[in-house]
Amino acid sequence: MGIFDYFRQPRQKSASVAKERLQIIVARERAARGGPDYLPAMQQELLQVIRKYVKVNDDAVQMNVDREGDCEVLELNITLPDDRG
Amino acid sequence: MARIVVITSGKGGVGKTTTSAAIATGLALRGHKTAVIDFDVGLRNLDLIMGCERRVVYDFVNVINGDANLKQALIRDKRADNLYILPASQTRDKDALTQDGVERVLNELSEDFEYIICDSPAGIERGALMAAYFADEAIVVTNPEVSSVRDSDRILGILASKTRQVEQGGEPIQGRLLLTRYAAERAARGEMLSIEDVGEILAIDLLGVIPESQAVLNASNAGLPVVLDEESDAGQAYQDAVDRFLGEERPLRFVDVPKKGFFGRLFGS
Ligand SMILES: Nc1ncnc2c1ncn2[C@@H]1O[C@H](COP(=O)(O)OP(=O)(O)O)[C@@H](O)[C@H]1O
Ligand SMILES: [Mg+2]
Repeated sequence: MGIFDYFRQPRQKSASVAKERLQIIVARERAARGGPDYLPAMQQELLQVIRKYVKVNDDAVQMNVDREGDCEVLELNITLPDDRG
Repeated sequence: MARIVVITSGKGGVGKTTTSAAIATGLALRGHKTAVIDFDVGLRNLDLIMGCERRVVYDFVNVINGDANLKQALIRDKRADNLYILPASQTRDKDALTQDGVERVLNELSEDFEYIICDSPAGIERGALMAAYFADEAIVVTNPEVSSVRDSDRILGILASKTRQVEQGGEPIQGRLLLTRYAAERAARGEMLSIEDVGEILAIDLLGVIPESQAVLNASNAGLPVVLDEESDAGQAYQDAVDRFLGEERPLRFVDVPKKGFFGRLFGS
């Protein structure tokens, strides 16, 4: 690295930001894949139902469809905030 | 029986048509009888890249509809003996590619050809699904850029579930990554996703890396597939990819940053 480059060094390289964002979104989309088409809509509705009772983040509801033998298992993960309001 | 290969990506403008022309020409030059089909109904372009646009009489949809037979529609390439092009239709009817029709054409081609290269349109609509459905394997064309990588992953999901082979209870078809428009210097500076980054995210085998190159535009201006430009970096990178496709081992080229001299280091950015 040349002496002048030092001052131009961004805090985090844009490629590593891109990679992190991609890893997250790709993992999420893979989890939803293969599952039924209604999954995203159901996820949104569940979020609204939960919000009637407790304030949660947009990503509070995580869903995952697994195949076990010839039956499908829908795994539902709901993260509640630390201080329940 | 021909081997059917789909060139796909999800995102548009990443280099599918450039790649289809290059791979098909490369295979033909190595003695394999090859047909390349443009599945981009309404946006015919492979003919221009192959330099045969003025010789198009009948197209893919004409053959499906029985308005012409395959012999009438296939265009024989003027440079490679074993190469034939089946142009896309310019119809605006997106439903023109029926599954039965596509299957009939592919079956007929299979009797005569060793390889059938299917140039997929962008998106995940009918044309793209039809290009992939009958494939035995896929080449996933990706640029080192977020939306292209994400779309490629989406396409990999479709390849894993929506092909004839899977629907008939077989294994998902193999998809290999062709990273195109790669700029080694920008990747080295951390401004562009690297080969390793994209490989790690998509987690599929790497078929090759094609550098961002002026030669590609020159080739398309002239209507010559870039593999024929043997002096060029992109042409050579495509040659390597064809060799790897045929099972040869080739080291990656054009992926390292050229070393700069003293002044380059001082004044280069
Ligand atoms: N390796 C490359 N270097 C520079 N330009 C490229 C390269 N590959 C493709 N291009 C350019 O990108 C554009 C889109 O390419 P094309 O093959 O038509 O993509 P697609 O079929 O995926 O839409 C064209 O202008 C082409 O010249
Ligand atoms: Mg194209």
